[in-house]
Amino acid sequence: MTAPSQHHATAAPTERTLDSTTVISWKAPISFAVITVLLAVLFLTTRHGGDATFRLSTGSDLIQIPEITISGPVTTWTCIILLTAITVVSAAMVRAKRSVPLWLIVIFAVLGLVAFLTWAAAGARTPVIPLPGLLAGALSLSVPLIFGALCGVISERVGVINIAIEGQLLAGAFTSAVVASVIGQQWLGPIVGLAAAAVSGVLVAFVLAAFAIKYFVDQVIVGVVLNVLVIGLTSFLFSQVLAPNAALLNSPPRLQRIPIPLLSEIPLIGPMFFRQTLIVYAMYVIIALVYVGLFHTRWGLRLRSVGEHPQAADTVGINVARTRFWNVSLAGAIAGFGGAFFTLGAVGAFNKEMTAGAGFIALAAVIFGQWDPIKATLAALLFGFASNLQNTLSVIGSPVPSEFMLMLPYVVTILAVAGFVGKVRGPASAGKPYIKS
Amino acid sequence: MSDRNDPDVALETGSQVPPDEPVIEPEPEPEEPSRWQQALRQIATGNAIISVLAVLLALVVGAVMIAFTDERVQAASGYFFARPGDTFAAIWDSVAGAYSALFQGAVYNFRRPDFASGIRPLTETLNFATPLIAAGLGVGLAFKVGMFNIGGRGQMLLAASAAGWVAFSFDLPFPLHMIVAVIAGIIAGSLWAGIAGLLKARTGAHEVIVTIMLNYVALYLVSWMLRTPGLLQAPGSNNPKTPPMKDTAIFPDILGSGFNLHLGFLLSLGCVVLVWWILDRSSLGFQFRAVGLNPKAARVAGINVNRMYVYGMLIAGGLVGLAGVDQVLGTVTTGFSSGIDAGIGFDAITVALLGGSNPWGILAAGILFGAFKAGGFAMQAAEGVPIDIVLVVQSLIVLFIAAPPLVRAIFRLPQPGAKPKKRTRTTRKEEVAAK
Repeated sequence: MTAPSQHHATAAPTERTLDSTTVISWKAPISFAVITVLLAVLFLTTRHGGDATFRLSTGSDLIQIPEITISGPVTTWTCIILLTAITVVSAAMVRAKRSVPLWLIVIFAVLGLVAFLTWAAAGARTPVIPLPGLLAGALSLSVPLIFGALCGVISERVGVINIAIEGQLLAGAFTSAVVASVIGQQWLGPIVGLAAAAVSGVLVAFVLAAFAIKYFVDQVIVGVVLNVLVIGLTSFLFSQVLAPNAALLNSPPRLQRIPIPLLSEIPLIGPMFFRQTLIVYAMYVIIALVYVGLFHTRWGLRLRSVGEHPQAADTVGINVARTRFWNVSLAGAIAGFGGAFFTLGAVGAFNKEMTAGAGFIALAAVIFGQWDPIKATLAALLFGFASNLQNTLSVIGSPVPSEFMLMLPYVVTILAVAGFVGKVRGPASAGKPYIKS
Repeated sequence: MSDRNDPDVALETGSQVPPDEPVIEPEPEPEEPSRWQQALRQIATGNAIISVLAVLLALVVGAVMIAFTDERVQAASGYFFARPGDTFAAIWDSVAGAYSALFQGAVYNFRRPDFASGIRPLTETLNFATPLIAAGLGVGLAFKVGMFNIGGRGQMLLAASAAGWVAFSFDLPFPLHMIVAVIAGIIAGSLWAGIAGLLKARTGAHEVIVTIMLNYVALYLVSWMLRTPGLLQAPGSNNPKTPPMKDTAIFPDILGSGFNLHLGFLLSLGCVVLVWWILDRSSLGFQFRAVGLNPKAARVAGINVNRMYVYGMLIAGGLVGLAGVDQVLGTVTTGFSSGIDAGIGFDAITVALLGGSNPWGILAAGILFGAFKAGGFAMQAAEGVPIDIVLVVQSLIVLFIAAPPLVRAIFRLPQPGAKPKKRTRTTRKEEVAAK
């Protein structure tokens, strides 16, 4: 439902017509209207009369914020009225040929979320939503997704579709658990384990790169087969070697949380961002490095040019095959490093197929994030949040079927690639082997 | 069998095709130096030999893994320099033991007294092959239309749910009930895959992404239905599991009650013929292949490319759906849970790749992988080698077959023609053309 360009003042001279060409999109108002109607229908069909309580700080915080208790029906219907108002305003703005600003979308999203959470909590057995736990859990579910998404962004930007993110995460989880267990000290083990995880990610990437770049095998096929190969290898070694010798090979020391002084005492976001393990702090650095590297350095420019138009890049003297090979390997290192979070950062011991599809959600985040490291990170955070919201709601006994929350990332991605949400256009040459003639 | 020498069948099926097949018709060229030399060269550069060597190579890698992780081998290698013979004997024991258990579990059990119980493993192989062939045909047909159907898991889950629901909640006489259940399953799988085809045709959404995402949507949808009373959950139960299928809907055993082989195998064989007929003999199949080879040229030739994408996915989804139906009406008839797809949706991709996307190849590849599965369980039970080794061997086979120059380099075979790399590229495009 887009009106791509409105040419008005046809009688005016050509230059003026060009100047006044504006692109307007009805996507935002229509999405707003659909979401508002859906929420209203949801609240009408299943009414919850009770109150909802939002807990804003944990017991160990320096600064304690009192809990907020609000009435369910009043809050939800106030939110619905506000959402309707925003929808009308945005429609009016589009009619007036102005684009809907980002802050309005953010306000809409926050209001919608508050309405939904209040409604869900009011109908639950224990109508208390622990916000710090919800947010911190969301971040830790997002960590592997973010690493995977950054891996996907780099390798697709350089022109190699990477379906093997799942395999790279799993290889990282496996290797880090084994190496950290064998070394086994409080700090040395996990740190060497992290390095080993990155190396194992690179090894998987080497296979992908060799088959895709040297032998011109279809990249999607290599990725799919590599996932199966890594699942088979790690499961085989787990059953055959790790399980009988669990004490020696599969009991890695977990990484300790390092609270950052001062920052970790900020209410709400302090515990979420600054009471984390080394992997998460490394993640902040890597996100920044990938963003700056891709868009503000010579390395990034070359990388993107190879992914967009390899022939042109070759003409100006960039070695396409070498650029692709090493950047896919670098991406593998990032994914492998992130895979270590499953073992060293979270559970500890390795288990069969413990990544459970995280690599595919990461791929969804790459696409939903439009191949941009920051947006992909935000998409991964959103997916992690949806998944943890489901956990929280089932803990407090909310009547929302958890499966529909878990489905959200995938449905959103399908809508994104189908063009209903945002504009999706990947690197032009991703997936196409470059054959120098 | 005409497509064996078909130029667009590049990834020939390996083990089942005799390698000397293309050699029987030598060119009547009087000036050639030696017919034997030429024949040898053709064998060495042909595709069949690549398939055979790829299987061999993957089995060798599997053997190395089995040997290195075997405890007896590890113990013997502790004193390798004192008595090296022990290590080699232990390696031989572990590898030969594992592979003979694999063979006896997949083809013929020599320890049984009579032929009927000795041949039982082979029928188990065909039983495991049944859904693999059907789903492999679904993936392979989509390949021919230039699409990559990774959505086997979701299509199977939806098909299994639909067929299962019909099978346990309706009361109909025997053949009719089964037929209705099969049709319901095929339609469900077909429609679920059709979403991906429709989105590709209407909006250009990449089918790889859409089918991967639809897998998870289907998984959670089916999980929800399985734990919601009144939908799929068994009445009076709290487990996410369905009630057992009614006897009137279950596939009958085709070799008597002593064997598990059921009617689904015949349906899979029928599908092989059907897909061969569609692809090679029908005008729809011609349009499919034209779109798969070059969508732009097909559009210029007057073919409605978008419609072919939708039709292709509908048929592919129906075939994968039949695999889901096989699972609920043939293999697990006592009620199913959300793991009913048993990874077949992904195995089907390797089957289709190994079979070179042509129906007869997929039949052979499905039986080979069915043998790996049947034998893998026997190997796990007899020798304690985890069945996951089968995944490793299967994926290695596909990787090696996808890169003929690699296999040629390992075995030092001559590269065919002057430009082997270029040849690989064209092979890839013709065969898969997944964008």
